[in-house]
Amino acid sequence: MIVAGIDVGGKNVHIVIKKDGQILGKGTSPTGIKKAEAVSALYEQVLKQAGLTRKDVERVVATGSAAKRVAFANGSISDVAADARGAIKLFPNARTVIDVGAEEGRSIKVSPEGKVLDFAINDKCAAGTGTFLEAMSRALEVSVEEMSKIAFDSTKAIPMNAQCAVFGESEVVSLIHQNTSKPDISRAVMDAIAGRVGAIARIVGLEKDVVVVGGMAKNAGFVDSLKKNIEMPVTVPEDPDYIGAIGAADAALSSILEEEVNPVRNSSGALFLTG
Amino acid sequence: MLKEKAFQKGKPIKEKETMAQKGKPVEFWRWPESNWVNPDIDWKKGKFITAGVDVGSVSTQAVVMVDGEFFAFGNTRTGSDSPNSARNGMDYMLQKTDMKLENMDYCIGTGYGRVNVPMAQQAITEISCHARGANFMYGPEVRTVMDMGGQDCKVISVDGLGKVLNFMMNDKCAAGTGRGMEVFADLIRVPVWDIGPRSFQIKKQPPPISSTCVVFAKSEVVGLLEQGVSENEIMAAYCSAMAHRIMELLNRLGVKEKFVITGGIAKNEGVVKRLEKELGVKTAERVWYKKEYIERGYPFDTQLAGAIGAALFGNALLKMGKAKSPRKA
Repeated sequence: MIVAGIDVGGKNVHIVIKKDGQILGKGTSPTGIKKAEAVSALYEQVLKQAGLTRKDVERVVATGSAAKRVAFANGSISDVAADARGAIKLFPNARTVIDVGAEEGRSIKVSPEGKVLDFAINDKCAAGTGTFLEAMSRALEVSVEEMSKIAFDSTKAIPMNAQCAVFGESEVVSLIHQNTSKPDISRAVMDAIAGRVGAIARIVGLEKDVVVVGGMAKNAGFVDSLKKNIEMPVTVPEDPDYIGAIGAADAALSSILEEEVNPVRNSSGALFLTG
Repeated sequence: MLKEKAFQKGKPIKEKETMAQKGKPVEFWRWPESNWVNPDIDWKKGKFITAGVDVGSVSTQAVVMVDGEFFAFGNTRTGSDSPNSARNGMDYMLQKTDMKLENMDYCIGTGYGRVNVPMAQQAITEISCHARGANFMYGPEVRTVMDMGGQDCKVISVDGLGKVLNFMMNDKCAAGTGRGMEVFADLIRVPVWDIGPRSFQIKKQPPPISSTCVVFAKSEVVGLLEQGVSENEIMAAYCSAMAHRIMELLNRLGVKEKFVITGGIAKNEGVVKRLEKELGVKTAERVWYKKEYIERGYPFDTQLAGAIGAALFGNALLKMGKAKSPRKA
C-alpha cells in the first residue's frame, strides 16, 4: 500500500510518500502565498522522484495549519495528532513531543500508542517560534545557521528582556551598539526562545523521553538552550521537520487498515479521521 | 467652529506637505518632528521655569512651563541612546526660544529613559506624568487616561487632581502600540499619518487580521495584498485589530468617563473611532481644557502629556519648597 502524508506549515510544505512503512520519496518547499499551488507542485516533484504517479497512491492525508487547502487529500488530521503519531513511530519511548515550527510552538503529551493525552500551543505570538529567530537573525545580520553554531562560543549569559519579536529586534540592535559579541547575542536569542518553549512544555508537564521536532529542532544552538531550560535530555530525529508528514502518512496507512475491518465514510466520500 | 479652527490653526506642522515637498517619502513610519513657543508669555518674568523631558522608546518630548503655563515644546524621535535623545529634544525646543538650559529652575525626566536624562534633577514615572498631564490638557473631569505609546500601552484611572488611582499596562507585545503601527506603515508603504483617514475610505468590510502578533499580522498583510485586497481595506483591518487588542486591556481596568487617549496613537482616527465603537464610550475631544488656550490657538499634541505632567510636577515641587532651583541656590 502506497500512502502520502502532506504537512502544510506556516513556512514550508513537507511531503512523505511511504510504501508499507518504507519511505519512497520525500520533499520540502516553501509554502508561500499560493499554498494550494505550492503543494501540488511539490507533490508532483516527489512522485516523480519516487517513480510514481498520482494513481499509485492509495490514500493522501494532509496536516498542518493549511491542511484544508490540499484539495486532493482524502482526509486530514490535526497537526498535534500528526506530531504524536510521527514521533511515536520513530521513538516508541517518547512521552513528550515538543514541536517548534515557523509560526507555532507546541508541547504534546503522548501515550505509548501515539494518542494525544494533552497538549499546549502558542499560536498567537511569534515569541518562541522560528519566525522570532529569523527576525533576530536579520537584526544581527548573521544567518540562522551561523547563529546556531556561534551560540556555542558564547562566554557570557545575557538576558533578553523583550518577549515580542518586534521589540526583540530593537533589543538586538541596542546589544550590538553596546558591543556585545555576536555569539553572546546568539545565545541570548536561543535562550529567549527556549524559555518561551519551555514554559509551554511545563504547562502540559514534562515526561521522559522528550522528542524535539519541527524546523527549529535542526538548530543545534536552540536545542542546547532548550535542554538546559527543561533540565532534561532530549532526542532529535534525523529529519525533525518531516515528523508531521510522517505522522500524516501513518494516519493514512492505519485508516486503510481500519477500514478493512470497519469502513466509515461520509456522504461525500471523505474520510473522517480522528486522533 | 471655534474649537475646530483652533486645533487646525495650532497644528505644529502641515504634515502631509512636508514629506511631499522634500520629495522623498521613503520612510513611511517617520512622522514629522515639531516644536513651538508660546508668543504670549515672557519667560523672564516667570517665577518658576520648569521643564519636563519624556524620553520614550520611539519619541522624545521636551516641554517648558512658566509658572504652570504652557510655554514651549519640542517633539522629536528617540535615537539610539537616551541621554542624546533628551538633549536633542531639549535643543530642538530651545531653538524656538531665546531661553537657555541654564535659565530653567527645575527639570524632571520621565518615560522609558527617564533615569538617563542628563539635565534632569529628578525622575518620575510616566504613569504619574501622563495622569497629571492629561488632567492639565483635558481638565479635571478626566477619570481614565489611556497612554498609547511607542512601545507600551497603559490604562490609568485618575482622580480630579490628576493622581493615579490604579493602572494596567501591556509592555510585552508590540500589538496595540505605536511601534506596531510604524512597522505596518512601512510594510504597506503608506505614511503613518495617512493610515487613519484612508482606513475609512472603503467600499466593503475588510477581512479580519490577527489581533495579536505584529509579526504574524505582517505575513497576513502580505497574503492579503497578494490576493488583491485593497490597501485601504487592509488598513481598516489593521486599525480594527489594534482597537480590538487594546479593548482587552481596557476591559480589565474598566473605563470611566471622561475618557482620554494620550500618546501618538491618539492621533490615529482609524484606531480611535473603532475603539470608541467597540467600547461604546466616546473619547473626549482633543482640545485644551483652558478656554484661553483654545482661543489663542495653542497647539494641542497628545504626545506631550507626559512631558507636560513632568514639568507641572517640577512647578509643584518648587512651590511647595520640596525642591530647590539650582539657578537660585
